Amino acid sequence: MSSPFRNSFLPRALPSLHAGRGRGWVRLSKRRFASLAHPPLAPPLQGGGFIALAFLLALAGCDREQRDMNGQPKAETAAFVPRGDPRSAEYENNAFHIAQGQKWFGWFNCSGCHFHGGGGMGPPLMDDQWRYGGRMEDIVASILYGRPNGMPDWRNKITEQQAWELAAYVKSLSAHPRQDALSARADEMSNTEPQTLQERQKVVPETKAQPSGEEN
Amino acid sequence: MIQISLFPVLAPARPLAAIRKAGVTNGRETEGWTWMRHACLRILRKPSIAAFMLLCSAFAAPLAAQHNGARPAAAASPPEDGQWTMPSRDYASTRYSGLNQITRSNVRNLKLAFTFDTLNRKGHEAAPIVVGNMMYLTTPYPNHVWALDLSKGGRAVWVFRPHPAPASQGIACCDVVNRGAMYANGRLFFTTLDGEVFAIDAKSGHQVWRNKIGDISKGETITMSPLVAEGKVLVGNSGGEMGVRGWLAALDAGTGRLAWKAYSTGPDKDVLIGPSFKPYYASDRGADLGVHTWPAEAWKIGGGTVWGWISYDPQLKMIYYGTGNPGPWNAQQRPGDNKWTTGVFARDIATGQARWFYQSSPHDLFDHDDINEQVLLDMPIHGRMTPVLVRPGRNGYMYVIDRRTGQVYSAEAYGFINSMDGVDLATGRVRMVKEKAPKEGRVIRNICPTASGVKDWNPSAFSPRTGLLYVPHENMCMDEGVFEANYIAGTPYVGADVKMYAGPGGHRGVFTAWDPVRAKPVWEIKESLPLWSGALATGGDVVFYGTMDGWFKAIDASAAGGGRLLWQVRLDSGIISQPVSYRGPDGRQYVAVVTGVGGWAGAIVSAQLDPRDPTAALGMVNAMRDLPGRTKPGGTLYVFALPK
Repeated sequence: MSSPFRNSFLPRALPSLHAGRGRGWVRLSKRRFASLAHPPLAPPLQGGGFIALAFLLALAGCDREQRDMNGQPKAETAAFVPRGDPRSAEYENNAFHIAQGQKWFGWFNCSGCHFHGGGGMGPPLMDDQWRYGGRMEDIVASILYGRPNGMPDWRNKITEQQAWELAAYVKSLSAHPRQDALSARADEMSNTEPQTLQERQKVVPETKAQPSGEEN
Repeated sequence: MIQISLFPVLAPARPLAAIRKAGVTNGRETEGWTWMRHACLRILRKPSIAAFMLLCSAFAAPLAAQHNGARPAAAASPPEDGQWTMPSRDYASTRYSGLNQITRSNVRNLKLAFTFDTLNRKGHEAAPIVVGNMMYLTTPYPNHVWALDLSKGGRAVWVFRPHPAPASQGIACCDVVNRGAMYANGRLFFTTLDGEVFAIDAKSGHQVWRNKIGDISKGETITMSPLVAEGKVLVGNSGGEMGVRGWLAALDAGTGRLAWKAYSTGPDKDVLIGPSFKPYYASDRGADLGVHTWPAEAWKIGGGTVWGWISYDPQLKMIYYGTGNPGPWNAQQRPGDNKWTTGVFARDIATGQARWFYQSSPHDLFDHDDINEQVLLDMPIHGRMTPVLVRPGRNGYMYVIDRRTGQVYSAEAYGFINSMDGVDLATGRVRMVKEKAPKEGRVIRNICPTASGVKDWNPSAFSPRTGLLYVPHENMCMDEGVFEANYIAGTPYVGADVKMYAGPGGHRGVFTAWDPVRAKPVWEIKESLPLWSGALATGGDVVFYGTMDGWFKAIDASAAGGGRLLWQVRLDSGIISQPVSYRGPDGRQYVAVVTGVGGWAGAIVSAQLDPRDPTAALGMVNAMRDLPGRTKPGGTLYVFALPK
């Protein structure tokens, strides 16, 4: 078996893995009010108007301190690949492309995180949950551009065709393509059931993202 | 404003329900010439000392009659002060609280004192830290630190949010866990998943310093709890499944600046091997073995990460820690002994220079990270008190190793093993069973133990009163097929398809009381699910642990008790954390445990993995497919005490 990174032991940086970070502590014992910034005062607002405005601003300041501790993370739905791409239909139900995708899935270590659809470091791909959308275009976007909670971006590391083939294989994990296109045998050695025996999963696009710990 | 929701979702305590006795093998009386009895008997020979006679008879009769003579290293195990300042309780890593208000006879009366919801629903592996009137909790990613005031019923005083990079979640092999903070000199030290070490003021929660020492773009994360000693903060990296190069770093506790960094692979100067390195076994001697025991350049991505436990002997000024698995899992890609992975290092704490090394699994075949705890004991070896470290190895052997030299005195199996056939004490090498070695292009079935070992990271506890080590561990086997893995930085570097299942007997977990002197089990408790929580031993001769379906259990610690269940309570989520015990501001003894199932074994619940793929989560999902029906994600601290 030959592979693209066979002898490359030198680390390659994945440039997009860093994200912005914020600052630390929050004191909880005292209620902290946001300090009121003084807006430049227009002449008509002096006197009674100023007091009313200050009062409103103070109220607004209280409001800003509301913290939603049980907030749900927002689903990331920004698609970088426009919907209705003609390649979608071409790749999705094509046995050759699905088989190629399966090969890349192992070679590029996709299976190291998602395994054979059940997930691990990465989310499962054989169920009906799609954090970032379950259409071919959404999956290609996830592969090429990465996602903020750990999915690396593969742009410039694989070709666009490989990305589409990977997406076709990913869709086949939930037995979504036509039965005659699905692989009756997994590349992997022993453990998973052939996709042709699996029940087709309904695709629910843009499922509400699963809470990943507490982050506000 | 913050709302602290308290929801004690407690099933009624069921005292003495399902009492079980399992495999009781009492220690042999003939070997009872222990240090304690020895000393007492010597005093008793002088008839004039009547007072000592009374004291000795009280002391020696009930316990020392069977006591094996093992005791924690005195310098590493200070007297009980009612606190719990580090996850391992002391530098000797005993996880023993001397508090004895809660006893075998009254533990059934334990009642809930208070709870605290961490608002996080990933795997909680951390131990609560108790200093004075304060308790500190660290959460999984995003690694918040909560400060609770125990004099005010556990009310939250502050929370520190370090905001680690979200991308780190996709680099962490086995859930986004964190194993806890450590307190020293008014500061709390802890790590974040994206590879940063923080020191914060324990009173105010303000940051003192931070230092980013891990790089997620290379696959490095940090999950371990730092160990602080002699003004140094010791932290290592995680990422043995991502082709990282393992290291342990020492930071200055005052400033956070790097003092030294010792790699686990590569040339001697990187590993901090110099003239003071004197390994006991010949196979560990030679120049640059960290390069020559690998195929060309493979050491650069060879693993040996340091993500487990560190012990410290203040007398010898030496630290002890283990190194993780070599990468990739497919051993055919890395012929050689793969130094210095899957072994124990002893190092000088001031300089980091290695003193000795012992490799538990040379050329590791099964991901047997050697990062488990080392309990520093002084105990009789061939009739002489000897400073040793006792460590339940991931490969299933209970190692007793001389702290000074690295000589292995005994290495007996404490669980079911069929892929290895004992340890040769003359060469120090473990004997591998050929038929169980994974080969490319085929699947080897029924390999015992699994990649997660007879025991994973979850630490055991040692009681000086019984002389026994209480080991929470696993009983599982696996099928493994290996294939060539490609190295792509920041992605997994494993090359194995694995499927795990219960071992002989059908139970996946075992809680063993082990006699380290006689090198054999005293009793065992079989558990349906693998044990992923730590153990806690107490002065009232009660040991505690939790199960992955949320039972928190109290067990009779004594050898004669046979592992009798004294009390148990069902909590809201599975337990994979480390229970602790402390003296509260009101003088009472408390026992605290955090729920929140997850980790490698519990990711099927905390990350909602799909059980139809048996290889999911490195094959662990296959063994845990019943877990989603038995527990749910959680993250709540429960604190118990006897009624006033």
